[in-house]
Amino acid sequence: MPFSLHDLYLLLPEAFLLFAVCGLIAVDLLVKPSQRDVTHWLAIGVLVATLALVVYSVAPGRGFSGMFVHDAVSRLLKVFILLIVIAVFVYARNYLKDRKLYVGEFYILCLFATLGMMLLVSAGSLVMIYVGLELLTLSSYALVALNRDSPLSSEAAMKYFVLGALASGILLYGMSMIYGATGTLDLKSIHELVASGVGDNKVLLTFGLVFLVAGIGFKFGAAPFHMWLPDVYQGSPTAVTTFIGSAPKIAAFGMAWRLLEGALGGLHQHWGDMLAVLAVLSLGIGNVVAIAQSNLKRMLAYSTISHVGFLLLGLANGTPSGYAAAMFYAIAYAIMSAAAFGSILLLARAGFEAEEIDDFKGLNQRNPWYAFVVLLVMASLAGIPPLFGFFAKLLVLKAALDAGMLWLSIVAIVFAIVGAFYYLRVIKVMYFDAPVEKGVLALPHDIPLRWILSVNGAALLFLGLFFGPLLSWCYRAMGAG
Amino acid sequence: MNALSQITLSHYIVLGAILFCISVAGIFINRKNVIVLLMSIELMLLAVNTNFVAFSRFLGNVDGQVFVFFILTVAAAESAIGLAILVVLFRNRATINVGEIDSMKG
Repeated sequence: MPFSLHDLYLLLPEAFLLFAVCGLIAVDLLVKPSQRDVTHWLAIGVLVATLALVVYSVAPGRGFSGMFVHDAVSRLLKVFILLIVIAVFVYARNYLKDRKLYVGEFYILCLFATLGMMLLVSAGSLVMIYVGLELLTLSSYALVALNRDSPLSSEAAMKYFVLGALASGILLYGMSMIYGATGTLDLKSIHELVASGVGDNKVLLTFGLVFLVAGIGFKFGAAPFHMWLPDVYQGSPTAVTTFIGSAPKIAAFGMAWRLLEGALGGLHQHWGDMLAVLAVLSLGIGNVVAIAQSNLKRMLAYSTISHVGFLLLGLANGTPSGYAAAMFYAIAYAIMSAAAFGSILLLARAGFEAEEIDDFKGLNQRNPWYAFVVLLVMASLAGIPPLFGFFAKLLVLKAALDAGMLWLSIVAIVFAIVGAFYYLRVIKVMYFDAPVEKGVLALPHDIPLRWILSVNGAALLFLGLFFGPLLSWCYRAMGAG
Repeated sequence: MNALSQITLSHYIVLGAILFCISVAGIFINRKNVIVLLMSIELMLLAVNTNFVAFSRFLGNVDGQVFVFFILTVAAAESAIGLAILVVLFRNRATINVGEIDSMKG
């Protein structure tokens, strides 16, 4: 297929982001450390402009010989990835300033990771999946090690690097098997070949599929491939945890959907069962181990594992409504997770990380509004109606029941109730325990930071009450009516 | 018939599988040195490359060899970042012993 101008037009948001980030590197070199706000606001401006390009300029289509796909799903995922990264930048500024980490590298690496996520959710070929994924993860490794003088950070970065590279290797090994069985790297051609039956290559294909699912499980942090996740969440600076804990989950959903449904939809009877096993293990291990944690970041890491279990439950259905429910869940989780880590960022000061659950003791007496926002976030993560998290869980369970997965749904509900315990404990600590420090809590003088947390918390309530438009957007994107 | 033409696709696939197993074993069994972990990761990517080139050659399709270029390039970037993290880790902890990198638990 010859190259045409239309291909470049499809790639406009990504191309703009790439050139803008390169420009931002140059600008950041020129500004003095005291003027770092220039980089901060330019980075947010770049993301807003990219968002506008994604929403307005690009019509759906396939470009570069099918390597790059822009469809309703990738548009929806990109919109939320960009919105969440903007929120993360606003959250992060004050924390980074207090710790002398307010450097251009944070913004550059986050933007490159965002570019990787956008390419990942638009991938039309195994090569694009790999390149997008590596752009995301290589930037993330460096981000985790951003605080160079912290032994904890560098240890977390090393663990993340080794296990992330292992996951990439496993994913690639699976890709090589699938290439060997089908003779093509194009996801759409693989889908057609698998659907039409590829004869005696079935063994090779299934073999590759096992490695692919293991690689996806690693990237999601699903049990039993979750061992990197708690250490990385705890060890990295909280601003970085906010980034790697939120938007990449949406991108991981996009990758899993492109690979499993987009390429290997014909093998659903195989990967559906594998995902179901991962989902049950994640729900169990995540929810039970989280109870034993006293560090809030580590607790939220185990809570991530349990939420990934729910997400995989939606994917395991293999039906359009299951995918739509999983997509809704990924978006809901990313928004909740940004708010949860954001509330730690708001409480943190220079020399005080605020990452122990005990640091939240008696918060209601010291700042009722802030305590109320944290209440909304925790209740939403626990899945209490009428908040966003409840409807996300409800839709996944409904899709699972419609697909006849009764036992899995019961297991998911039981573990969701077990999980409510540790979220409610944070609320109990805030409202019923005596504060360690007396007096009114002095929040940072960062007006956008205070506003974004309030907006993010209010969004959990608002999107819970009016979840219809987002849900129908997800259903339409997946073609589930 | 010379000896080279008797090497079939399955020989290459078995070689790739053996390299892959050695590298996974290197990551999980190794308790001594982080640098050995980095070497194992490189070996794993080479196992994948062997697979891709072998399939590409025997399927008569050049796509796999193009993918290998991408993997090689990314592997170079990956090892650069890995070594950079290793330097930072050594500065902070004065050790690269895998067994001693365990300050976070639970």
